[in-house]
Formats: sequence, C-alpha cells, structure tokens
Amino acid sequence: MAYSASTQTDISIPAIPLGDILPWAIFGGLLLMLAIYFVGAEQGAVAVFKGMYVHEFVHDGRHLLGFPCH
Amino acid sequence: MTGRLLVRGMLVGLIAGLLAFGFAKIFGEPQIDSAIAFEESMSHSHSHGDAEEEEPELVSREVQSTFGLLTGVVAYSASLGGIFALVFAFSLGRIGNVGPRGLSALLALSAFVVLFLVPGMVYPANPPSVGDPDTIGKRTQLFFLMLLVSVAAAVIAISAGRKFIASSGLWNGAIKGVALYLVIVSIAGFLFPTFNEAPDGFSALLLWKFRVAAVGIQVVMWTALGLIFGAVAERLLLANKPYNA
Repeated sequence: MAYSASTQTDISIPAIPLGDILPWAIFGGLLLMLAIYFVGAEQGAVAVFKGMYVHEFVHDGRHLLGFPCH
Repeated sequence: MTGRLLVRGMLVGLIAGLLAFGFAKIFGEPQIDSAIAFEESMSHSHSHGDAEEEEPELVSREVQSTFGLLTGVVAYSASLGGIFALVFAFSLGRIGNVGPRGLSALLALSAFVVLFLVPGMVYPANPPSVGDPDTIGKRTQLFFLMLLVSVAAAVIAISAGRKFIASSGLWNGAIKGVALYLVIVSIAGFLFPTFNEAPDGFSALLLWKFRVAAVGIQVVMWTALGLIFGAVAERLLLANKPYNA
C-alpha cells in the first residue's frame, strides 16, 4: 500500500458537520429531484400539468436517458 | 461549505450535460430518427383509424432533437450534479480515505452503476415505437421501483461493507460489500416482471445501437462529472481548511 500513502499527503480533509449538510440536502435535494421528475416522467404515466408539451419537448432526452416514455 | 459544493456540483453537472448532449446528438439522434421512421411506416401500412395519423405536432422534430434534447440532458445532468455534490459532502471524511478527487471518481462510478447501469439491465432504454402505450403506467412504476431497490441495496451494501472492511481488511471487505449489492439487485431483477414490447420487424441492430448510445451518454456524463468535480472540490476544500461554512 505504498502508493496510497502518496495520494493522501496533505489531503487529510475533515468531515463536514451534518448540521451544515442537512438544510441543503433537504431543500436542494428536493428541488433537484423535482427537476429530474420533469425531465423523466412528467406527462407520461403521471402529470402535474395538463397537456403533452413538457413530454414532447424533452421527448428525445427522455428516451436517450433511459426513462420509460410512452 | 455544503452550499459552495452544491453550486459547484450543479455547474460541473451543466458542463457534463453539455458534453453528454454532444454525444447524444451524434450517436443517439440518428437512432431516434430511424425509430420514428419505422413507427411512421408501420402506422401507414396498418392505417388503423385516421385520427391518429393526422395528429398535429405539438413540438417539431427539429426542436425535439436540438433545444428539447439539450434542455432535457442538461437539466438532468445539472440536477444529478447537485445531488452528487450533496452525497460527496456527506461522504467526505466519512467513507473511504482516498482524498477528494479519489472520492469524487469513486462516487461517480458508483452512481453510474447504481442509478443507471443496474436499473437499465432490468428496464433498458427504449427508442420510440418500442413499448406499448397501455403499459406505460406499470413500466414507469417498476422502473422507479427498480431504481429505488438499487439505491437501497447500495446503502445497505455500503454500511455492511464498512463492517466487512473492519473485520476482513480493505480488499476482501470491499469485495464482500460489492457482492452483497450484486446479490440483492440480481434477486430483484430476477423477480421483477419483464416487458417484451418491441414490435415485429423492429431492427435488432437499431435497438442495440440506441441502447449503446444511451449507455454512452451516461458514461460521458458521469466521467466528466466525477473527474471535473473532484478537481474543483479539492481546490475549494484545500483552500478553506478548516471549514467555516
């Protein structure tokens, strides 16, 4: 394990306190998952908005990113 | 510190998304066009009802294959970049001892396998005209359920892996952890129902090329995200040690 020592020189980074992560994780995480939902699933099996515009607009991305599309 | 990592994760995700878009445009779009051409030739020869054929286009193919694809891929990538940064912030100093760049690369590889490759083995990406519209509800539910199983299996495997590593060393412990993940997702994949919905006459080569392109997009995206974010995060962390938020 000689090489692992060299990758760790002056990179002993302490953990970030959970209290600092939690608010970001809750608000940021939820918003970002909502964005992924709109790209991946809105107006497919379930819909927040009526119509098919979101579905049709991101159509190619949805197929190529591996989400079930229609 | 978390907020600054989050912003950087989203920006790096945006860059990774642009690269993935370039790949998708070159390798993926020709496959989508061929699949749509097949779909149209089928609906013309079968000609079931006339209402379906003259359906007005809500978004033109031109827009779908450029701005639509760009928006979809970049929004997806920037969002995952942000979530990636949050997982990175949590894992830093808690999991592994490989430095920020090593951690970023390791997390990106894991995310590619857990979020895309494994669920995609059970429910692979499908081009237009593959997939029965009547089963979209069931397929969507099962796709996300498989994704959830994969993420849960990864969480279980990582927490168990830490105990394995403590008892049997890094190499053997890590192998046991990965094996545990693979056993769980293999059982799930075996039990989950499959859908055989490629229409008769649909080119097997086209399906293969489409799926390879779909995998390639993710490889480009996660490689860029893992490597660039690692470098960016390491600079930030070393410049701000010890943290004062």
